[in-house]
Amino acid sequence: MSTLTSPDFKDNARAALADKQLQRALSEVAPGLAARRSAARAALPEFEALREAGRDIKDHTLAHLDIYLDEFERKAAAAGSIVHFAPTAEDARRIVRDICRDAKARLVTKGKSMISEEIGLNAALEGDGLEVVETDLGEYLIQIRGETPSHIIAPAIHLTQDQVEADFRRLHTKLPPDRQLIEPSQLVAEARQILRAKFLAADVGITGANFLIAETGSSVIVTNEGNGDLTQSLPKVHIVLASIEKMVPTLEDAGTLIRLLARSATGQEISTYTTFSTGPRRAGDPDGPEACHIVILDNGRAELLASEFREVLRCIRCGACMNHCPVYTAIGGHAYGWVYPGPIGAVLTPALIGVRNAGHLPNASTFCGRCEQVCPMKIPLPGLMRHWREAEFSAGDAPLLYRLGLAAWAAAARRPRLYHTLARIVMPVLATLGRRRGRFRRLPLAGGWTRHRDLPAPQGRTFQALWADHHAGVPR
Amino acid sequence: MSRATDGRDAVIHKIRAALGTYDSAARRSTVASRLGAPPPPLVPERAKQASERLRGLFRHYLEGQSATVIEAASAAEVPTAIARFLRGANLPLRVRVGEDAYLAALAWGAEPSLERRKGAAVGDDEVGLSHATAAVAETGTLVLASGADNPVTLNYLPETHIVVVEDKDLVGGYEGAWDKLRVRFGRRAMPRTVNFVSGPSRTADIGGQLVMGAHGPRRLCVILVRG
Repeated sequence: MSTLTSPDFKDNARAALADKQLQRALSEVAPGLAARRSAARAALPEFEALREAGRDIKDHTLAHLDIYLDEFERKAAAAGSIVHFAPTAEDARRIVRDICRDAKARLVTKGKSMISEEIGLNAALEGDGLEVVETDLGEYLIQIRGETPSHIIAPAIHLTQDQVEADFRRLHTKLPPDRQLIEPSQLVAEARQILRAKFLAADVGITGANFLIAETGSSVIVTNEGNGDLTQSLPKVHIVLASIEKMVPTLEDAGTLIRLLARSATGQEISTYTTFSTGPRRAGDPDGPEACHIVILDNGRAELLASEFREVLRCIRCGACMNHCPVYTAIGGHAYGWVYPGPIGAVLTPALIGVRNAGHLPNASTFCGRCEQVCPMKIPLPGLMRHWREAEFSAGDAPLLYRLGLAAWAAAARRPRLYHTLARIVMPVLATLGRRRGRFRRLPLAGGWTRHRDLPAPQGRTFQALWADHHAGVPR
Repeated sequence: MSRATDGRDAVIHKIRAALGTYDSAARRSTVASRLGAPPPPLVPERAKQASERLRGLFRHYLEGQSATVIEAASAAEVPTAIARFLRGANLPLRVRVGEDAYLAALAWGAEPSLERRKGAAVGDDEVGLSHATAAVAETGTLVLASGADNPVTLNYLPETHIVVVEDKDLVGGYEGAWDKLRVRFGRRAMPRTVNFVSGPSRTADIGGQLVMGAHGPRRLCVILVRG
């Protein structure tokens, strides 16, 4: 499994805020994606109606998920695919390892798959002695550095061009040392050359799936590079990794989600390549894989269907919530400490690895609500984060000081008279103390607040007192 | 019971338990009717225009996505259009092509120096030539169906991809493409791959700068044949 550092979220965030290079990358990429999304939305008057249609498709599918999976399996098998169900990450790893072993594979190419990160597939395959090569350029850049993705659609946004050049010179040692690597196009051309050889030599190609279509037993991948297509078309075995919630009923339903996906993710009208794969090569086909395996992973998702977090299963992994999140855009994806960063990670990660490990994530939110506003599947992300905060509190996992503070607040807030009395006593004191600057740089017990910003000083009287005067006609 | 069946039953059982439901005839029939006759989806207005407008829309989006679009007045002009494009791009007059009957029947005699190699693409092919099943105007998207007639590797291995699409196969929205696929392959059936292609391969993963030809073609040339 991808190394888990979510429990260290606070330290991660502090380090990220101090990382100048990361801050520069974040300040450019995420707002750029957000602006392009906004333009794409403006260019399609039906966009908001499509969001509602998308939500309804997923809600319907989730309510009948057992039957759609059954239909999908039947149609996929009829087309010659072998469908495997994996209740856990370990099951999925075992299934893929077995397929690779049976294929006597030595080299495995991979298209982008978040589930592969979730189940820690690369380490498992490498443990079996296989060479595993990520072919999405961003994924390749972080793989050669031994890092993990920092964004679900732009996994290497934290890297600069200079870092990439240094890595290429360090690793691609068979190329002339005096070659020019100044322009991004030169770096891309070099990666193309290196990876093309891998595509042609691979024994097994592994891709993710953006959608599974029950009508036809097809899996769908969406890319701009075409790497997923070379991954799945050239080796003799194609393995699709998908999770249960990728299901949609029909081609029409997939079309609706395709209309939402690229616009929400990158602001493109559509991604360059959308590929529907159905089984292995057919009789008479001169190319395509000889075998096609589809691994359908649960790994804790079925339980979510029964919980208040069911709506998170509508997610189509566009990344819009990240690009619009003040917390994500300040600290980047690595600080979240596991596979899924940003608002979607703050909801999904506690569900998949436990709130005890990931309790900081739903707490790292300003509740500004932009994630919910832009989510193409209308997932109420802030509301779901609030559920996690409640769950963490009920489980007794919140820090003692936090619990005591909240209990004291609740005690006062539930007793209006006590509250008003306290406010009448405290407010003039604070107003007097803060009179000179009009704000506090430091306050006892509120260091977490005042370390990064000042607390405005109260102006002397409570709102209730002002309101009472207003009603009594007293001029201000 | 095999391990595979174990996993399947465990997942399905968990889902049913979580949904608080079971495998009822009523739920099966809801699913069957949706799969058999999908409810009409929300189709953007831009996809519902007259065919003359759709041609402009198709061209507008594809060119915006860095493809070259050439309109040929008739099928007879296609070989010459291909040769002219290849010469203009300083490419050899040699294309890799499948067994597509429409492409095979074109007037190749007009361009005797244009060599056609048959079959799936191999590593050093420079140009692939395909015949699209449909063209979708709403986003400037080609729909290619794999098979011996149009091998899938033609779409991704060569650095240049030329795609011929007939005006009669130009549709407004994706729904038109589903209809064409269903007519050709049957309901609830698909070829090994259906490729939606909306421009040349690209990446912005290095320095945030858009570069063409990440892994697939650097150039996409679409020839739209009228008449």
